[in-house]
Amino acid sequence: MIIDHPLLGPRDAAEFVYLGDACLIDRPDPGDENAARLFHDYLHIRDNPAGEHRELWFHEHGDRSWLVVTRNTLTHEIVRVELARDVALARGRDR
Amino acid sequence: MSGAFRLDGGAIERDRTLAFRFDGQRLTGHPGDTLASALLANGVRLVARSFKYHRPRGVFSAGSEEPNALVELRSGANREPNTRATVAELFDGLEATSQNYLGSLRHDLLAVNDLLAPFLSAGFYYKTFMWPRSFWERVYEPAIRASAGLGRLSGEADPDSYDKGFLHCDLLIVGAGPAGLAAALEAGRSGARIILADEDFLMGGRLNAESHEVSGRPGAAWAADAVRELASMDKVRLMPRTTVIGAYDHGVYGALERRTDHLAAARGKPRQILWRLYTKRAILCAGATERPIAFGGNDRPGIMLAGAVRTYANRFAVGTGRRIGVFTNNDDGWRTAGDLSAKGVPIAAVIDVRDVDPATAVADARIRMNSRVAGTWGRHGLRGITLATGERIELDCLAVAGGWNPNVHLTCHHGGKPVWRDAIASFVPGDRLPGGMSVAGAAAGGFTTAGALADGHRAAVAALGELGLAVATGEPPVASDEATEAAPFWHVRESRGRAWLDLQNDVTVKDVEQAHREGFRSVELLKRYTTLGMATDQGRTANVLALAIMAGLTGRTIQETGTTAFRAPYTPVPIAAFAGRSRGKDFRPTRLTPSHDWAEGRGAVFVDAGMWLRAQWFPQTGETHWRQSVDREVTGTRGSVGICDVTTLGKIDIQGRDAAEFLNRIYANGFAKLAVGKVRYGLMLREDGIAYDDGTTARLGEHHFVMTTTTANAVLVFRNMEFARQCLWPGLDVHLISVTEQWAQYAVAGPNSRRLLAKVVDPEHDISNEAFPFMACAEVSVCGGTPARLFRISFSGELAYEIAVAARYGEALMEALMAAGEEFDAVAYGTEALGVMRIEKGHAAGNELNGQTTARMLGLQRMVSKRKDCIGNVLSERPEMNRDDGMELVGFKPLSSGDELTAGAHLLALNAPADTASDEGWISSVAYSPTLETSIGLGFVRQGHTRIGETLRAWDALQRSDVRVEIVSPHFHDPDGKLLRA
Repeated sequence: MIIDHPLLGPRDAAEFVYLGDACLIDRPDPGDENAARLFHDYLHIRDNPAGEHRELWFHEHGDRSWLVVTRNTLTHEIVRVELARDVALARGRDR
Repeated sequence: MSGAFRLDGGAIERDRTLAFRFDGQRLTGHPGDTLASALLANGVRLVARSFKYHRPRGVFSAGSEEPNALVELRSGANREPNTRATVAELFDGLEATSQNYLGSLRHDLLAVNDLLAPFLSAGFYYKTFMWPRSFWERVYEPAIRASAGLGRLSGEADPDSYDKGFLHCDLLIVGAGPAGLAAALEAGRSGARIILADEDFLMGGRLNAESHEVSGRPGAAWAADAVRELASMDKVRLMPRTTVIGAYDHGVYGALERRTDHLAAARGKPRQILWRLYTKRAILCAGATERPIAFGGNDRPGIMLAGAVRTYANRFAVGTGRRIGVFTNNDDGWRTAGDLSAKGVPIAAVIDVRDVDPATAVADARIRMNSRVAGTWGRHGLRGITLATGERIELDCLAVAGGWNPNVHLTCHHGGKPVWRDAIASFVPGDRLPGGMSVAGAAAGGFTTAGALADGHRAAVAALGELGLAVATGEPPVASDEATEAAPFWHVRESRGRAWLDLQNDVTVKDVEQAHREGFRSVELLKRYTTLGMATDQGRTANVLALAIMAGLTGRTIQETGTTAFRAPYTPVPIAAFAGRSRGKDFRPTRLTPSHDWAEGRGAVFVDAGMWLRAQWFPQTGETHWRQSVDREVTGTRGSVGICDVTTLGKIDIQGRDAAEFLNRIYANGFAKLAVGKVRYGLMLREDGIAYDDGTTARLGEHHFVMTTTTANAVLVFRNMEFARQCLWPGLDVHLISVTEQWAQYAVAGPNSRRLLAKVVDPEHDISNEAFPFMACAEVSVCGGTPARLFRISFSGELAYEIAVAARYGEALMEALMAAGEEFDAVAYGTEALGVMRIEKGHAAGNELNGQTTARMLGLQRMVSKRKDCIGNVLSERPEMNRDDGMELVGFKPLSSGDELTAGAHLLALNAPADTASDEGWISSVAYSPTLETSIGLGFVRQGHTRIGETLRAWDALQRSDVRVEIVSPHFHDPDGKLLRA
């Protein structure tokens, strides 16, 4: 498998560590009145899509970037690779 | 009988002779031979016994699809079982032995299985070995195991070495037959970076096996010239003896290169290399594999694939018999008759199932059109055949031509399915190919030489276009188009005796019929019920035949019947090749601390801590038991001063304007207000609220912290912190870097630790208790100017420090500390004494932070700040994790001081039975405390803090221990912490 790193170009998947669904970026607000349920879902509830899946990969044996890789689970085609930091900022995460 | 079956011509070096042995018999061959061709040249026809019925078997094919001729090569630890004689290159001194028999190959006692065949048909295991149940493991399994299997493993460690390698190219061409060579020539001349891989040691594919002409010259000579031209090109890498085993994602291919299998000795070279090929484009030119026709008694030695008979004649100059017959359903079979006749080998008969005019005239042969072979005779080898009409013909070799199956395997590795093409009665690659792959030549269903050359050329031009390279020549080599008409014909209905499909697993037409009768009609069930295609050859000559027969039985088309999944590897790969050099000690790297050599010189006993080696204890003269060393190290430290290498702890440097705020969210306890020059103990939770890791973090500056983690979690904690930094709070100004390997760090512990350090730390740094109190930290210098970091922290419970220097000074610092400590009788201590002292002090470690415990269980609930957000805070509030009757960390002592505690013991009320319902907790860590002169333990018990002084049973079924223990405070040593602050 080859992941086309936005900063470093195509890299072998062996350089990366897989985490899971990119929804892990969307950590709930701990101040929400339903925080316990929101955190439960955040930790444990996952879609299992047949098709495009956005997932987190860590370039552990490289530049230590967390990436959001959009991969088709049926074909393993990778359609998009983004820096997770950019994705997080775009989704409104900040400080 | 040396080479009695040798013919003229061929690609062998006749002027050199190679001696080899088969079952002890001395034979000779020539360079260019395979073991199979050399055996056939010597007239050896019986080479193996079949898997199940122990039927006599001979060489069936001339390639990697061989189902029969499996032998053991070499001897001793080098023994290679189940090696296909058809691909084993002959070398001088080769030793081969036949396998899978009891007695001798010729008189195999297990051939009795063949007489029992009526009882051993498909599914007999499932039906026979059912009752009584008590026989499953004691009777049936040993008996079945004893008679199962083919070759024997040596049982010794593999003495060879194996490598892994990585290659990159614009274009990978799989197979160096006419299509592959035409593609490689065009792409090579156009300047593309190419890898041309072929499983054979001689490139050229069928051009070496046939009598075709290319560009007006013999095909084999044209192929040799093409290979020579390619070898002269800088950007072309030729890889003979290399099987491309699988197509993986994104243009990655796996390939196994056999480097020394063809040599008598490896001489230190790797035997095989498993390559990972990174490609932009790939052209599959893997050719096709011939299939047989099923008829009665079609498994006798001497019955071979017609194309293989031509290969042996044309390439290896071996006649596979003296009276050869051909049984065919297509024009290609007639080429065998023509080629062998031309070589002077008499053709006795040609039997064609089709009602057409004979394709060619064959002198002196009986020509039988619209005819079928129904039976054969000959005990250890073919002696003759019987036609459906009853006509008997004496033969010693029957060449069977049932049509060709394109080698579609790699096209299916990404889930694509092959499609049936009626015109050639074969499966061809479907539309859904692995990305970047195209298929050319016979692999795509084009069975003529001219077609293969043109198709390979076409595929190369297309690939060059996609790669953006200009095409150099533009014209394919020319050759004639041979006749390839074929009739779909699978099975002779008039067969007398069993008609075999899968020769390696002994599956017959009758087994397929039985599977159909019993409802196992899907191909996947057919395969598993009959074991069709499940042997080492994966049914390459058998599967399509069986599918066609099943299709006929069910009334479905072959396309509807479908194929089973094609999976990598294409041919067997030794597990050793997958392991490469990662064996034994080299399975993973070993990490050594900077003062490792010093410790080794002191006779340290080392223990694995992840990849690290850590000194466990330092035996002294006269110490015969590890406990003596450990007790001395503990007593010496608590009595005066001890020094321990703690370099392996994870160290993370944290900088940035928001570093304090970031740490505040990573740790459960607060860090925002930690003063510069101070250290704090920190507890990390997982997001689900479970305790995760602990350590100390020092604030070296307003925006600069250095964290330690446990040795085991160093990598994971760093990964999680990067996740939090990049994904959760990307707006915080904070940066992380692992500095575990940059700093060597030593604990200096004991009442004399300050006095010792005062001799090492340069005098301008005041380390008095007033100036440098408990939990202070500072950047200092040691030994006259070497920068160091000093932390006043204690894991042992004594007055203690940790001191860090750049890794390159680690060993020198250790020596300086020991020298300075001489006047205090300083001891070096290892991880075992470290563990004893932390248990005496009541510090939780890995046994307590085991992924099941909470801050509350550890007695650290007050550390979990409610006033801030941190990882794990929300879910640590869950009611079940905060029950008043929950487990709590306490200490244990045996009631009778001679008793020993065991880690893992369960705690029970004195009168309670030893069962789960009565379980009140467990002991997690134990040690002998030389300080208290008793065994002590830490562990968890329900509502522990309210039960100090209570007596329980510590019951351990695994270690057969059952002792009475008293619940005590976990802080055995200096519970008030006076020593720390002294």
